[in-house]
Amino acid sequence: MELQSFYNIAPILIISILSLIVLLIEAFYKKSEIIIYWVTIIGSIGTALFSILTMDAQFLNFSGTLHSGGITNFFYFIFLLTVGLVTIVTKNYLLKINFHHGEFYILLLFSALGMMIMAASRDLMLTFLGLELMSVCFYVLAGFNRKKLLNNEASLKYFLLGAFATGILLYGIALIYGSAKTTNITTIVGSFPALLSNIVFDVGLLMLLIGFSFKIAAFPFHMWVPDVYDGSPTNVTAFMSTAGKTAAFSALIVSFYGSTIEPNSFSNFSALIATLATCSMLFGSIVALAQTNLKRMLAYSSIAHAGYMLIGLAAANKLGLSGIIFYLTVYTFMNLGAFILVSLNEDSADKRVTLDDFAGLGTQKPSLAALMSIFMFGLAGLPPFGGFFGKYYVFISAIEADLTWLAIIGVLSSVISAYFYLRVIVYMYFREVQITWQSKYSFAENFVLSLSVLFILQMGIFPSTILDLITKYL
Amino acid sequence: MNETLLLQLSAIILFLPLLGFVLLIFFGKRIPKAHAVENFLIFVGLVLSIIVAFGKISFFNDQKIVYEFQWLSFGNIPLIGYTGIKFGIMLDNVTVLMQFVVMLISFVVHLFSVKYMEGDLRYTRYFAYLGIFTFSMLGIVVTHNFLMMYIFWELVGLSSYLLIGFWFEKKSASDAAKKAFIVNRIGDIGFFLGILILYVNYRTFSFNEIFTQISLGNLPFGSSAWLTASGILIFCGAVGKSAQFPLHVWLPDAMEGPTPVSALIHAATMVAAGVYLIAKVFVMLTADALLVIAYIGAITAFISATIAITQNDIKKVLAYSTVSQLGYMIMALGVGAYTVAFFHLVTHAFFKACLFLGSGSVIHAMHHEQDIRYLGGLRKKMPYTYYTFLISTLAISGVPFTSGFLSKDGILGGTLAFANLTGYWLLPIIGFLVASLTAFYMFRLVILTFHGEARDRHKFEHAHESPATMVLPLAILAVLSIFIFYTPNPFNADAGWFTKWVKTPSTIVPQNQAFGFMIKESGEHSEDIVAHSLQYTEALHHAHSQAMYISLLVAGLGILFAFVIYQWRKISADNLAQKLKPLYNFSLNKWYFDELYDKTAVTFTIVLSRISAWFDAKIIDGIVDGTASLTRVSAFGTGKFDNVVIDGFVNFTAYFTGFFGLIFRRLQTGKVQTYLVMVLSGLVILFFILRSL
Repeated sequence: MELQSFYNIAPILIISILSLIVLLIEAFYKKSEIIIYWVTIIGSIGTALFSILTMDAQFLNFSGTLHSGGITNFFYFIFLLTVGLVTIVTKNYLLKINFHHGEFYILLLFSALGMMIMAASRDLMLTFLGLELMSVCFYVLAGFNRKKLLNNEASLKYFLLGAFATGILLYGIALIYGSAKTTNITTIVGSFPALLSNIVFDVGLLMLLIGFSFKIAAFPFHMWVPDVYDGSPTNVTAFMSTAGKTAAFSALIVSFYGSTIEPNSFSNFSALIATLATCSMLFGSIVALAQTNLKRMLAYSSIAHAGYMLIGLAAANKLGLSGIIFYLTVYTFMNLGAFILVSLNEDSADKRVTLDDFAGLGTQKPSLAALMSIFMFGLAGLPPFGGFFGKYYVFISAIEADLTWLAIIGVLSSVISAYFYLRVIVYMYFREVQITWQSKYSFAENFVLSLSVLFILQMGIFPSTILDLITKYL
Repeated sequence: MNETLLLQLSAIILFLPLLGFVLLIFFGKRIPKAHAVENFLIFVGLVLSIIVAFGKISFFNDQKIVYEFQWLSFGNIPLIGYTGIKFGIMLDNVTVLMQFVVMLISFVVHLFSVKYMEGDLRYTRYFAYLGIFTFSMLGIVVTHNFLMMYIFWELVGLSSYLLIGFWFEKKSASDAAKKAFIVNRIGDIGFFLGILILYVNYRTFSFNEIFTQISLGNLPFGSSAWLTASGILIFCGAVGKSAQFPLHVWLPDAMEGPTPVSALIHAATMVAAGVYLIAKVFVMLTADALLVIAYIGAITAFISATIAITQNDIKKVLAYSTVSQLGYMIMALGVGAYTVAFFHLVTHAFFKACLFLGSGSVIHAMHHEQDIRYLGGLRKKMPYTYYTFLISTLAISGVPFTSGFLSKDGILGGTLAFANLTGYWLLPIIGFLVASLTAFYMFRLVILTFHGEARDRHKFEHAHESPATMVLPLAILAVLSIFIFYTPNPFNADAGWFTKWVKTPSTIVPQNQAFGFMIKESGEHSEDIVAHSLQYTEALHHAHSQAMYISLLVAGLGILFAFVIYQWRKISADNLAQKLKPLYNFSLNKWYFDELYDKTAVTFTIVLSRISAWFDAKIIDGIVDGTASLTRVSAFGTGKFDNVVIDGFVNFTAYFTGFFGLIFRRLQTGKVQTYLVMVLSGLVILFFILRSL
């Protein structure tokens, strides 16, 4: 029986083995960066394709602790593709800031491993393990450029707050175990109605929710986000804000709903999540209005997007959950693209990109401006870009679940957020050039950006293809 | 050969021209000889379309092959329910034939353009536009639903706008492009309303699903009047695209585009889209709707034929002749002669494209001289152009042994049979009159252009036969105007393959709403009879020979008259024009349609906009100004109030907002301790919310 299980979790194994091999290469070769670079790209993208192609067979492995196939493999696909794309553009970025070391790619791979375990896990202890693996890698990545004070600050802040969040999460798991006598998620979700009357369990679940809220950056547990996103190397931010958020959401969805979705009668938590969603959306959108630093603006926008996604969780129906996953997928590509463009604008490690840096980009670099416009339109949720359907599906799911007020707040917040997304476009096309574009970019960046745009367009023009896939395997 | 393969091939055919467009528009400057890429893609598409047509007709003759997928799903919308939109492809015999016709015409036009457009500033872009046009037209052809049809319909409108206004430096060209676009929009609004009526009732755009619902007796809003209305509204779209009265005015102006474009768009494909649309929705048209369609077609055919007689621009004559022939096809659909209407569409596509390309060849040779009064005697200089042009002229005039004779004869027979059964005799009378006029003005064109003496010696001296890549398309098209490709019997199209492949579908409207003769009956030769009563078959058979004799007679008269006036000059054309001065002017000025629209619609719009501007300037601004002075008067009084109460309030708000701003700023201190306090208080608050719920 176990052999079959090992085969089933092949993507996790491949990535673990790959990370270890890469670690060894780094240890024993002098000029290992370039080898690691290519191994990481090929390994991650290859495994991503392998996962998406082996979606059909779904299993629970190792006494029901690790799920494989289906939506889990879809999550693998997103994580590993993100790793691949970030890696492709990172070499030039690291060379630019004069800090090209192979550890970067190793840490990316290890954090991806953590994410995969989070998505696949059906046991709270394993989820915790995955979360920690991911987080520790993130702490290091955030401070990757150790010569820079800003990086160090970001890393330390992230670590302190993250450690605190981990404590809350672990405490929550302990309480859940205390009341449910098990850490197996499927079992716990199966006996939800009975457990929910137990206050110890309730508090445990609340703490679990808060622990994940840290990672998805929901208000009021978002405090680390602006500082860390701003302080970290931009490519790390791109990775954290996309794959990291997706991983946390995948674990959140799993621990609240198990692997099979049945409408649970825990309306208390629905209301709680709706509160979190409302606060995150409004806070994120309003504060982002005041930002001129692009990375901070995107950080607050990331908080707002966490709010939109939580709407789907509050609605707690099938469309809501597949809507979240759809949203996460398209959000990954939009945010990745936007952050990569910001990183392209940085010509040194000290540069902090503001709106003025993008002024007049439409005349200087028309193709980059067009790409940035697509990402901004997508984040603002305008058709025909995927962001529109991401929002549409979670709003519709809220209406189906009689949470119309939540959908209305979501729409209002989208209207507010359109202001700061479109302001970037206004700066690019209707302002005079203030700072001449310095940094160069190559085929690698063009490739990643074009691929992201293709995905965004695909999900905006043919949304049903992806949504049907998600719904089928959810 | 299986169905999936046919569908895949059709999809490939559809996207090849789009690929060409994308390559040429984005990378045109980097690819050497970019137009060759486009031509190659179109050629591949042509070959594939031949394969698809053969495969479909030989293996799946009576089947409709459909592929569809869910394009959008909107989920469960309150009050409406589950909604989604499906896209797809449907292949039937009409579709694959049309696909072939479009690809063939598109290919010969591409070929012709290589030399014709040589040296143009935007040479590559021209081919890119041809690509996007071909793509949009193919989209109309293969779609299986109204929404996609509408999307591609508008794409066709856009690409024809780009092509008509290709030489946009010329004011007349850009004006013509705008006119074509705007006039088309008027028809499209009707089309869109028609689609919406159907969608609101059936919650689907798919042809098949809508038709199934109607055939089950499930009418829009439960009334046959709405069915008629939706039919006529959809026909409005065809009125715009196929240049039917009263929206025919854009097509002659559209001749400002490059001549190969006129051949592609204004002869064979885009203007045929309207006819194709009516053929697609033919089964759901009620008797009333069909009658409207028949009369609009007849009126169009007559008006434009009378205008064509007096025009002097070689392309204008052809343009009006196109409008007139489209009127024929629309009329044929209106009288239920579905097969011959589509047959005429195909034959007309070939010979009219040939005529347009022939005129392009002449214009090319004569250094952009288009006025037939300055042409003449080109027969010896341009023999290939002359003979291909002549064959096509014979075809359009309905001379035996040509394709035009067969299809036109079919249409006239159809109207005659229709009149026999229903008593609308005006339709066949107009039909025969127009046939005679057509023969007359087409031979006038041939004689003035190619026969006699050259009237502009200087340009004539420099005239020469066009190069091979321009003559070859003419030859292909001229050959296709000969009867043998359609039927072995030159006098009866029924013996040929065309009528076997394209059969009139049976109507699905309620029996009391359809013409009696269109209701299906089975007879002794049940395999022959598809959708008609026996009585109609008999009437058609009877009318066939009648129509043939009469049409031969009237066409012969028309040709004779043309020779008498222009070749042998027994009657002076100028004297005739003098004697019939009012009529002549009426025709020369195109029945004053442009002036009429200028005086009514355009003036109305301008007046309306002036009124709005006046309203804006006087009333709205007046109110604003009045308010301003009022405010100024009251300002003094309120000033006091302002200083004390309002300012107090505003200051309070500012203070309040600032307070919040301060709090928010305080929140993001950058100090981890603050953050942790936030987290803890968040935790506590959430806990209390949870307990209180």
